[in-house]
Amino acid sequence: MAGVPVVEGFFDPSVPALLGTRCTECATVFFPAERSWCRNPRCESTTFDEVELSREGTVWSFTDAQYQPPPPYVPADPYVPFAIVAVELAAEGIVVLGQAADGVTVADLAVGGRVKLITETLYSDDDGDKLVWRWRPIKEA
Amino acid sequence: MASKRSVAVIGAGMHPWGKWGRNFVEYGVVAARAALADAGVAWTDIDFVAGADTIRNGYPGFIAGATFAQALGWSGARVSSSYAACASGVQAIASARAQILAGLSEVALVVGADTTPKGFFKPVGGDRPDDPDWLRFHVLGATNPTYFGLYAQRRVAIHGATEEDFAQVKVKNAAHGLNNPYARYRKEVTIEEVLASPMVADPLRLLEICATSDGAAAVVLCSLDYAKRHGIANPVTIDGISTVTPTFPNAVIEMPNFATDSSVAVAPGERTFRSSIAHAAYEEAGIDPKDVSLAEVYDLSSALELDWYEDIGLCEVGEAEHLLRSGATALGGRVPVNPSGGLSSFGEAIPAQAIAQVAECTWQLRGEATGHQVEGAKVAVTANQGLFGHGSSVVLSR
Repeated sequence: MAGVPVVEGFFDPSVPALLGTRCTECATVFFPAERSWCRNPRCESTTFDEVELSREGTVWSFTDAQYQPPPPYVPADPYVPFAIVAVELAAEGIVVLGQAADGVTVADLAVGGRVKLITETLYSDDDGDKLVWRWRPIKEA
Repeated sequence: MASKRSVAVIGAGMHPWGKWGRNFVEYGVVAARAALADAGVAWTDIDFVAGADTIRNGYPGFIAGATFAQALGWSGARVSSSYAACASGVQAIASARAQILAGLSEVALVVGADTTPKGFFKPVGGDRPDDPDWLRFHVLGATNPTYFGLYAQRRVAIHGATEEDFAQVKVKNAAHGLNNPYARYRKEVTIEEVLASPMVADPLRLLEICATSDGAAAVVLCSLDYAKRHGIANPVTIDGISTVTPTFPNAVIEMPNFATDSSVAVAPGERTFRSSIAHAAYEEAGIDPKDVSLAEVYDLSSALELDWYEDIGLCEVGEAEHLLRSGATALGGRVPVNPSGGLSSFGEAIPAQAIAQVAECTWQLRGEATGHQVEGAKVAVTANQGLFGHGSSVVLSR
């Protein structure tokens, strides 16, 4: 997908995968990545492995943005409401936020449902497309 | 109950909440003078001033203690200024209490005031990709109501909350605020009106999300000895204050974060951060939650008030809807919550809000909350949480 990530170092749009780090001592995972000091208060490690987070997870909760968020959000014109999902990644033991995929509304989401990570365009400006990670519900077979 | 570690609240004052866009200092001075008059203490007798900061009003807001001291007339009093987002007010109260309990101050003034812009709170200006508060707006379009919506939807799924439950919280708080002269919104609403208001962050509607307001609150705190010498035999006392931070791993998603801490290496503790907040204040005060007569909690959304019922120990986890439906948390019930009308009726004036909670509890415990009095109130608790891991809770008694 052409374009660049809207924020440096948070995800690799080509995989796609969220990018984090894992402490080499205690195995705590950090997203966004932590590379200076482990934040487990009983761990003094300063070394981390770069990791890609799980690309599928379980919906912890969800909501939407019926009103246009203020800057620095760059809205579509005209504004189109979007859903936001909090996703539990079991292997990492974290809950991570993301917008839901284009066209997905709260009616398509359920707590406990499965979702997978995709790359979409958040907005476009003079420099081209700005890419973001989003979550799309996995349809039951 | 009052102990050697208690301080007295001998004065409380507010500037009404509203939306005028005037200088925050003006509101703060009104509240401060009201609190001083209520206490019967001259400004020049105050030996310590604690200001709660506002970050949307330039330099004077960052050094609020000195700003208010100058506005009241330099008196040489010692000063502190505290910022802890929504918990700033309690940090200022905790700062004054520590000075008093250490014997470094006898009588202190605590003030918080704010002027707020219209609409959603947004991050302070400029491109700041290192600031999670800036990034969550830019990358996710996640406003404060986004997080309130996530918690609310979780309650629906896990505890069977209904949209009528959420609306009922608003109806209750609107009825409570009706006769509070300091409340901004003083209008009864019906469940139907709440449910007819526009959806903001599903399942939360416009009337269920607190507005941003201008407002100010102040309290005069002193040592128990000073209160006695001042002729107040039975003062309201602050018996416990909590300013706790989370314990790792903080496993609940919180503003303004993109993710929770990982619980892969360390299992989450028994208490969530939000439920650890009042717990610490109860422990300090030696009070059991079942002895609480009333609570002022941070109802940023109607649904969040239900979370607080559980987090401050008024009921077990999963029983908040039942407690609400029983009428226990309405005026006249077993343990009224937000008898002031709460944020629902006030809107949020960030640095003033936690101080306003304490002012309301002070009036309740003195039996002076005309029109919204909790009969026979003996013990009150406040609870609030500030962005970036700031707990805030105060236990008061009389």
